[in-house]
Amino acid sequence: MSIKISETLTFECETGNYHTFRPISRVARSYQKIEDSFSLVVGTKTCGYFSQNALGVTILAEPRYAMAESEEGDISAQLNDYQELKKLCLRIKKDRNPSVIIRIGTRTTEIIKMDSEGMAPKLEIEIGIPIVVARANGPDYASTQGEDTVLAAMAHRCPEEKISTGKRNKTIQDQAIQDLFPFLPLEKKGETPKPIRFRNNPPLVLSGSLPSTVASQPSSESKRQSIQVPGWLPAQRYSDLPSLGDGVYVCGVNPFPSRTATTSMRRRKCKLIGAPFPIGPDGTRAWIEKIRSVFGIEARGLEEREQQMWETLKDYLDLVRGKSVFFMGDNLLEVSLARSLIRCGMIVYEIGIPYLDKRYQAAESALSRDTCRDMCIPMPRIVEKPDNYNQIQRMRELQPDLAITGMAHANPLEARGINTKWSVEFTFAQIHGFTNARDVPELVTRPLRRNNSLGDLGWTGLVKKEEGMKFN
Amino acid sequence: MKLAYWMYAGPAHIGTLRVASSFRNVHAIMHAPLGDDYSNVMRSMSERERDFTPVTASIVDRHVLARGSQEKVVDNITRKDKEERPDLIVSTPTCTSSISQEDLQNFVDRASIASDSDVILADVNHYRVNELQAADRTLEQVVRYYLDKARRQGTLNQSVTDEPSANIIGIFTLGFHNQHDCRESKRLLQDLGIKINQIIPEGGSVQDLRNLPKAWFNLVPYREVGLMAATYLERNFGMPYVSTTPMGIVDTAECIRQIQKHVNKLAPTLSNRTLNYEPYIDQQTRFVSQAAWFSRSIDCQNLTGKKAVVFGDATHAASMTKILAREMGIRVSCTGTYCKHDAEWFKEQVQGFCDEVPITDDHTEVGDMIARIEPSAIFGTQTERHIGKRLDIPRGVISSPVHIQNFPPGYRPFLGYEGTNQIADLVHNSFTSGMEDHLLEIFGGHDTKEVITKSLSTDKDLTWNSESQLELNKIPGFVRGKIKRNTEKFARQNGVTNITVEVMYAAKEALSA
Repeated sequence: MSIKISETLTFECETGNYHTFRPISRVARSYQKIEDSFSLVVGTKTCGYFSQNALGVTILAEPRYAMAESEEGDISAQLNDYQELKKLCLRIKKDRNPSVIIRIGTRTTEIIKMDSEGMAPKLEIEIGIPIVVARANGPDYASTQGEDTVLAAMAHRCPEEKISTGKRNKTIQDQAIQDLFPFLPLEKKGETPKPIRFRNNPPLVLSGSLPSTVASQPSSESKRQSIQVPGWLPAQRYSDLPSLGDGVYVCGVNPFPSRTATTSMRRRKCKLIGAPFPIGPDGTRAWIEKIRSVFGIEARGLEEREQQMWETLKDYLDLVRGKSVFFMGDNLLEVSLARSLIRCGMIVYEIGIPYLDKRYQAAESALSRDTCRDMCIPMPRIVEKPDNYNQIQRMRELQPDLAITGMAHANPLEARGINTKWSVEFTFAQIHGFTNARDVPELVTRPLRRNNSLGDLGWTGLVKKEEGMKFN
Repeated sequence: MKLAYWMYAGPAHIGTLRVASSFRNVHAIMHAPLGDDYSNVMRSMSERERDFTPVTASIVDRHVLARGSQEKVVDNITRKDKEERPDLIVSTPTCTSSISQEDLQNFVDRASIASDSDVILADVNHYRVNELQAADRTLEQVVRYYLDKARRQGTLNQSVTDEPSANIIGIFTLGFHNQHDCRESKRLLQDLGIKINQIIPEGGSVQDLRNLPKAWFNLVPYREVGLMAATYLERNFGMPYVSTTPMGIVDTAECIRQIQKHVNKLAPTLSNRTLNYEPYIDQQTRFVSQAAWFSRSIDCQNLTGKKAVVFGDATHAASMTKILAREMGIRVSCTGTYCKHDAEWFKEQVQGFCDEVPITDDHTEVGDMIARIEPSAIFGTQTERHIGKRLDIPRGVISSPVHIQNFPPGYRPFLGYEGTNQIADLVHNSFTSGMEDHLLEIFGGHDTKEVITKSLSTDKDLTWNSESQLELNKIPGFVRGKIKRNTEKFARQNGVTNITVEVMYAAKEALSA
């Protein structure tokens, strides 16, 4: 059977009636990552209620995060925004003494048109702490895009890279690297057993916040390939933000920080390396290859390394081969995950995605297309701003082996005999690089393995009177 | 503006959604930005709900902010009407619609012309009421709407049933142990020979609401939700209601006596008899429930005078305080509620049963109070559970807000006679585990703590260089030991003596493969 593979990707756009986390949920990520930051979300009870439920137990572990809850007086401008905010910031300074306050705007501040960006510089001088303003609001963004707005705001604060002088401020730079990647060999560290010599590549900054243990893996991966990574955006500490500027290359590790990429290019004059994202062995290899090709360094042993990773995944691959997946879409990782799963031998019916930046994800889309061609399966349709109701009707027709979906739909779908994997787990699990290659198939196969152990107990349809897939 | 990390009661629209999605075949449409359908996640996850939560959003995006919703709300309502054929669509305002001040009533009026479903706008204001008040109000609004409609159509049936019957009002989704309490309340009424006319909103049908007045009386088990509907029914249909929460031995008896009073107003004329529930109360109290016996047993004697702190919603905190003080002889140092709107009632209820009555919705205040009092046990919400954890004080969860652990599949009512058993267990377990801990501390801890684990590291032949040491320290504490052991095992197998970061990752790959 020959399948006609279309050379172009097909994009569709639905109504945008889908379930996703609010972008402020990514606040959790930023404050955990940037150790000396404090995030202040200005919004209403609704935002607060969401975060306390979404962040669960972390919220009670003395988080470096708080709500500035707007009251009726704030909305009707009986209270002065500036004075109110100053009062709260001073209290935060007194209680926590952070190096930076990340002030997250919400829909409320958008609607009442609070001039956050205007207030910040003045407030900053008055209280003596940098205030970074990010608008992570529901009207504009979905889940992981919240992180993007924070990083984009951070990009403005990165120190200027003075490459023209030829000598960077070496001590500060070293310190930054030292803190981020304690294992990176530096000249002054004599005990390093075998100093690896880096090619003289231009400075590279990777953007996207990853847990620190994961963050060091892609950079050690690039180190193996003799690429020096001077910085990460965000860094572990606000004071260690990497330098940006003319001549600095930036590359994303996640598919969602497209605003950050735009900001780095347009405002900070950086050069963006458009690469697929290092998710899955195939993605990681393509990511490194792309970076190397930009720097004109020849790739070494990457193919073997990828192959070797696939070998270790064999047990999982046997489980997923030929199974079908349906992405409902809620966190922008969908294209990369789908691409990697297709490479694993799965069939993807639909890739729902909140927003697809075609330029930022161009290399990823191209790799997806090539992957489909290599695996001889039709390119799945990509549905931007999906409509969950329609998707459920489609799923009813297609009966996929696995639906990757938000928690609002997971239990109802399971009750109707459709295996699900919660999409949120992919945003919190460690899925980047070769070392974590097992984690994606581990998550994906979990419901399938659950099925193997529950075997033929005969209770898969668990809803009263077969209403089928009725939404209600 | 006020600084807040944690809130006890959610925003108003959550209350409305909880009531709407508890009814059968009622759909709620929120006027909200993307991401506000979070209540669906709570229902689907916490309650392990099998059906799709009947809540959708009419998304407020940039265009809506700029030009207004225009046709969008109306289109969404009529679309849902076609897709789901619900009996009722509840249009739900959120904080966003409060500020954008769109005329939602107008949209609702227009949509109700075009759709077969009934359409109403929930009458709640985000800035004035919280989740619980909104739920109470929405329930009353729905009841009123359908009774008014029936009256207009002349289908209202006001004749009461021949046999004693009752409505249970206020059981709803995401309520603390509501499903179990519902079953226990039904059992209680059945034992008393009272038929259940209707239970609302959980599982109820709005089409049946016109039959509400057929019951002899209404039972409102919780203070927070259902009272407005009950007072409306009393005012308009002369239906009496019982609002004493049947929680604990004494209050359960009190509740049954009130039921008896109401039943005996009609029973002599309608069924030619007078009912006497006293023998039932006596039998249950002394022999069926174990709680009365528990409070006499030497177990409970040991609890006498122990200090406890209680915090929660008005219903559960008040009932729990009375149970601890009156039925178990425990000294309640302090009992509080976050239901500030019901403070007067609460103070009156717990008067004489405790030393202090803080009314606050600031969890740091509650935490400081607990730290100051140093009670032997805390009975509160999830928040107090965490405070207890941090202060190393035993704790039991008695009220919302709660998480998935407090939606147990097993039968755990707080109401009625089985409820008294459950509460006895809860109290007993909290205190005994606390006692055990103290004894262990005094006598030097469990000996299991001292068992030297069969460790793989001998610290002799393997060295961790400073980088890998640092890397190891970055790994969360609870898995660090395991990673360390695995790495060393791998290093030994491969004859590596110097552990570097590279070795760590190689070990991870090798072991997970």
